[in-house]
Amino acid sequence: MKGRIVHPFWIALVALLAALLLSVLVGSVSLSLMDMARVVAARLSGTEIGGDLRVADTILFSLRLPRTALVALTGSALAVCGTSYQGLFRNPLADPYLIGVASGAGLGAVIALSLRWRYDALGLLAVPLASFSGAVLTVLMVVMLARVGRSLPVTNLLLAGVAVNSFTGAMTSFLLLRSTGELRRAIAWLMGGSAMGGWQPVLAVLPYWLIGLGILMTMGHALNVMQFGDEQAQQLGLPVEATRWVIIAVSSLATAAAVSFTGIIGFVGLIVPHLLRLLTGGDYRRLLPLSLLGGAAFLLVADVLARVVMTPQELPVGIITALAGAPFFIWILRRSRTLPYWS
Amino acid sequence: MLEVSHLTVGYGSKPVLKDVSFRLADGEILAVIGPNGAGKSTLVRALSGILPPQCGSIRYNGRDLCSLSVQERARMIAVVPQARNLPAGFTAWQVVSLGRTPYLNWFGQLSPADEELVREAMRRTDTAHLAERLVGELSGGELQRLLLARALVQATPVMLLDEPTTHLDLQYQIGLLNRVVEVVRQPISGNGNGKPHSPAALVVLHDLNLVARYADRVLLMVDGCVRSCGTVSDVLRPAMLSEAFGVPLEVMRSPNGKYPLVVPLMA
Repeated sequence: MKGRIVHPFWIALVALLAALLLSVLVGSVSLSLMDMARVVAARLSGTEIGGDLRVADTILFSLRLPRTALVALTGSALAVCGTSYQGLFRNPLADPYLIGVASGAGLGAVIALSLRWRYDALGLLAVPLASFSGAVLTVLMVVMLARVGRSLPVTNLLLAGVAVNSFTGAMTSFLLLRSTGELRRAIAWLMGGSAMGGWQPVLAVLPYWLIGLGILMTMGHALNVMQFGDEQAQQLGLPVEATRWVIIAVSSLATAAAVSFTGIIGFVGLIVPHLLRLLTGGDYRRLLPLSLLGGAAFLLVADVLARVVMTPQELPVGIITALAGAPFFIWILRRSRTLPYWS
Repeated sequence: MLEVSHLTVGYGSKPVLKDVSFRLADGEILAVIGPNGAGKSTLVRALSGILPPQCGSIRYNGRDLCSLSVQERARMIAVVPQARNLPAGFTAWQVVSLGRTPYLNWFGQLSPADEELVREAMRRTDTAHLAERLVGELSGGELQRLLLARALVQATPVMLLDEPTTHLDLQYQIGLLNRVVEVVRQPISGNGNGKPHSPAALVVLHDLNLVARYADRVLLMVDGCVRSCGTVSDVLRPAMLSEAFGVPLEVMRSPNGKYPLVVPLMA
């Protein structure tokens, strides 16, 4: 940790910029930097875009940019919420899905798909809406079950999360077995691979992202204090219960919103915080903004891989994050075994 | 002056502390002793606001502490817990500076005055040289001194220490208690909003000989009730101790004649 030459913040920022560029340029049809520069210049100067540039323009503004934005929002939300949950529960295995966001979202999506909506705009939006409601309802149920009076003991929360998660998971499996038509799309969604096109999803996620991550970014000091446990945190003057409610509420909303359009993407909320902790130590005032940058960069790179490894077919990005993420995670843990980095 | 009167506290409906009353003056060290399960730790948790009282009151200079917000209360009472399960990835400096939390805004930014206070507390507890070290690398004695420093920067009129010497070697037990006496007798320079003044210290201790050596007064608890409260020689009497702890005990004088010495009698 000592003798650090480059501030980790700059590393994360450069990584994010590189990942953004990569995500905009690479795909089944690759654009060159030159094409991009010309399209952007033409748009900025308001001149007519002609001939060969029109294709590049469509790819850039209707496909790549919105997708890049959605993936970046999702990745940063998952990583920041992962960091917050790990800090809140003082548990290195906590991630945004812990208290039912993922299983609830999955159940919501599968119910919506099994109702056989038509393939029009409304039908497309019905799935994210249903998964969002599923996620929020499930989290509410977990919190209600775990509550004792006005307090929310961590152990109760984790146990209620496990119970409700497996229940909704079983419901999802049951519905999938019974359903006939839309099975494929539902499974792709559950694997984290149904990023919808266009700017609509980006605009739909953005308010939740802004509110959720905006509030979580201010929680660094509070999470630092909470690392000493609830009792000491309160003796140090932190209103522990209120802080916990706020963190759970806003991160569940942000995660649910992101997940509803991109499907369930595992490991981002787990790997990114741990990687950053090794890089920068246990101070949550640093970890939170770094998770925002790092989570976006990580998921963007995974999404690029998902687009190119089997072109023209696209893999669900959740498969990439798990395939690449799990071994990487194990490698990191083995390397860091001697470091007292967990806090 | 901390005044606890008729305090009854419990988990659920079963009271663990029953009608506990005592007074603790500024600059005084009160040792709380008693067998396991007597309610010593519960007393610390009740005074620091973790457990709300069912009856009775806790006042400092007439001010009711139970009506204060969590933040205001942390400006009145600081706790030195046992050094267990501390965040391994924090530096010693971070641990101590978090003691300023009740005075900081939501973002926890330290002012230069805060930093000076943290430095002074770390000097006073002999932890200044550890500032950049990670908690995971420190020994039990060093961690316990860090927690004392953290309580010092809280700059409270009352300090509670919950078995601070448990798990420490004898030299660290004595080192720690010497520092507690120092900070009670010569208080830290204050927090910028008040003049320096001597905190009142309540220390839960198991070792009765350390009690005899360091305490100004002693509170003996049995079964959640106050059995006796007074000076060291008032409370450390063979009959009372033997009854409270359930083993025959003898009280002798130390070889230099200054302190009582408590010795269990073998049957």
